[in-house]
Amino acid sequence: MIGSLIVAAISMGIVYLFGCIGETIIEKGGNLNLGIPGIMCLGALGGAVGVNVYFKIFGTEKQVIVVLILLVTILFAFLFAALGGMIYAFLTVSLHANQNVTGLTLTTFGVGLMKFFGSNMNHDNFTTASNAIKKLFTFYEKLGWFGENFLSYGFLVYLAFILAILTGVFIKYTRTGLFLRAVGESPKTADAQGINVTAYKYLAILIGSGIAGLGGLYYVMDRSGGTTFVEASIEAFGWLSVALVIFSMWKPWVGILGSILFGGLYVLPQYLHISNIQIKLFDLLPYVVTVVILIITSVLDAKNSQPPASLGVNYYREDR
Amino acid sequence: MDKEVVVEFRNISKHFKGVYANKNINISLYKGEILSILGENGSGKTTLMNMLSGIYQPEEGEIFIRGEKASIHSPRDAISYGIGMVHQHFKLVDVFTATENIILGIEDKKAFKNAYDKVNEIAQKYGFEIDLKKKIHNMSVSEKQTVEIIKVLYRNASILILDEPTAVLTPQEANKLFSIIKKMREDGKSIILITHKLAEVMSVSDRVAILRKGEYITTLNTKETNERELTEYMVGKKVDLKLERLKIQASPPVLEIRDLQVKKDDGTRAIDGLNFYLRGGQILGVAGIAGSGQKELCESIVGLRHYNGYITHKGINIKGFSAEKIKELGIRMSFIPEDRLGLGLAPDLSITDNLLLKTYNLKKGIFVDRDSARKEAKELIERYGVVTPSTETPVKNLSGGNIQKILVGREIGSNPNVIITAYPVRGLDINSSYMIYDILNEEKAKNTAILFIGEDLDVLLTFCDKIMVLCEGKCMGIVHTKNTTKEEIGLMMTGAKNYLELEPEKKTGFAPDSLLSEEDWNNLEREGSKNDK
Repeated sequence: MIGSLIVAAISMGIVYLFGCIGETIIEKGGNLNLGIPGIMCLGALGGAVGVNVYFKIFGTEKQVIVVLILLVTILFAFLFAALGGMIYAFLTVSLHANQNVTGLTLTTFGVGLMKFFGSNMNHDNFTTASNAIKKLFTFYEKLGWFGENFLSYGFLVYLAFILAILTGVFIKYTRTGLFLRAVGESPKTADAQGINVTAYKYLAILIGSGIAGLGGLYYVMDRSGGTTFVEASIEAFGWLSVALVIFSMWKPWVGILGSILFGGLYVLPQYLHISNIQIKLFDLLPYVVTVVILIITSVLDAKNSQPPASLGVNYYREDR
Repeated sequence: MDKEVVVEFRNISKHFKGVYANKNINISLYKGEILSILGENGSGKTTLMNMLSGIYQPEEGEIFIRGEKASIHSPRDAISYGIGMVHQHFKLVDVFTATENIILGIEDKKAFKNAYDKVNEIAQKYGFEIDLKKKIHNMSVSEKQTVEIIKVLYRNASILILDEPTAVLTPQEANKLFSIIKKMREDGKSIILITHKLAEVMSVSDRVAILRKGEYITTLNTKETNERELTEYMVGKKVDLKLERLKIQASPPVLEIRDLQVKKDDGTRAIDGLNFYLRGGQILGVAGIAGSGQKELCESIVGLRHYNGYITHKGINIKGFSAEKIKELGIRMSFIPEDRLGLGLAPDLSITDNLLLKTYNLKKGIFVDRDSARKEAKELIERYGVVTPSTETPVKNLSGGNIQKILVGREIGSNPNVIITAYPVRGLDINSSYMIYDILNEEKAKNTAILFIGEDLDVLLTFCDKIMVLCEGKCMGIVHTKNTTKEEIGLMMTGAKNYLELEPEKKTGFAPDSLLSEEDWNNLEREGSKNDK
């Protein structure tokens, strides 16, 4: 049972992990993007469009080519989400609009857009597509518990882990990562040193949003098997992703563990034979855990687990 | 033979919100010289330099570099012209190490890898002492400045701009900085030194350009001028401003403070076992490097910060009393904080409303009495010559000097017997500064006890009766200004000289005519420890 709980926890946690990686990149550049829930919805919408595009081109009769459908859906999910990010970046970086307000409206916008276009969309091929997407290694069942625990997932799960590790390396050890952190900590310093603050912020927001969008794609086409789309509570998962960024103290590696914990708390009630009302209580546990982490880090006042110093503050060079 | 001109400003103009910050500026910088740019606060020195370093864009005029017209649209362009600026408010990333800050923005991969060696080389050449792996937030102000300077040198800047570099340094540190600047000059670098301190201009620079209210006045050879002439150019009229120490008979201690312990916001120690007292009709100056506990000291005295130890007002222990309670007891304490628009005044409220903040609870009824406050505001504006469109203008729209006059006016208006003030003239022009000094002297004449936290040692030495020197939250001694020198204060600021250790028998900070007997103090201590439990 423990084994299957962990598998379920991981498979749920990946939704949060994508959002967390994306938001971490954005926040490291100094932008607090509260539009992540909406952006994940846009990613889900993009993924759905991708599925329909795939079947339009290759037809529904032939067997699904896994590589191609992954490529098309990931591309569309990333682009749709990045487009949402573009709106946010233009408003906050170029027009210096308030980041919180922009983010919150973007969430409303993304959710609405997904519900509107998603409802009027052909859902027929989602299950077929999902069956191709949610299993990468078809032979895993032959390998016993090892296969069950490590190889039973779809490609997107492995992608999320790889992205989390790479993002961690990027932020901590690369030159570009150092410059990005400088932009998030003190844009005026970065600017005075000749770093193009606007370019860094734009790229961080576009790439971060794109990655976060994959969380939406993953939930619809992998985790839920293509059965829930517009009725899915992707928005709620988005908020948990933002909480996970804080929980992980802006470290994607910690984010991996956090995502499994958050995922575990989500699926745990199914293993406990409890009432629906008690399940609701479990839903709020991730937030409680996040608050506890916030309390601990603020009491310890650990300098390396604090948010970027200029998070949420727009930068305008000629400001006096 | 004429020297090579490296930078030339031609008719540069720039304005902010309709006010000219720079108007038709024409200044040249020669190769291998130190040029001072002298002007009061708000005269446009920093704005001009920010245009050279690419932060601002000039609206009119041109900048020529090495004889060619330069187009500087960003700091990156400025760097490529070999221009490096050490900003007054350091541009450093707090959570990065010194090295990380220095190599920030360097795109060349090889340079990035060899950064450590090159930084070390620069440090040795100019004699900087710096731990390159130390994080900025663990550094002292002078260490931070060293990082800033290395940052500029690392990029092989040949034109260096230093904006008020000595504002936060002790005299010893400043001298060291000047010898480094002179070494740079020998290397053929051209240096612009922004300052408002005449002594610095006279001792280091080759030439001096003067700005006044955004306009270019003249450029002089330092050797052919004197401090008096420079002041006249800077202020614009023959000035006879003299700072003086009012000699009056001081009264018994009003405020006695013993064994004060205060923590900073982050829990580390700000003030560590401080003893001192304030007498009526006496100004006690406080000197110390920025961040030595000055802010926390003020805030604990006025009841805004928790502390351990004893603060007694005319023999009554006021520990644990809020600002409100202190007022109720009839203790008339005025606080003129360093952060005018944060702690002192509400920036978005009008002058009238800001005056009401101090007196709102004196009147009965649920409505505020705005009419009398408006009358008060009018009087204040008239008395101190505040330049404002009306009494209803939000204070944040006023200039620094005018904001300070309102704050001081409001605080003095409540007829205090204790004034706690931190950097009251920071950012003010000379005339406003002297007005503030005059007001404080008037208060002193009324037998008010004044604690004056200052940064300009020359001012502290001529204006105060005694100076208490803080170093990392500890008292290094309390000296009579007539018996000390700037150099001695500098040594005490860095902890190199500690009178408490040199003369322990003198019991520094304990009033000989204390209003409380030793027995009373002991009782306080016993009560205190009971209350703590």
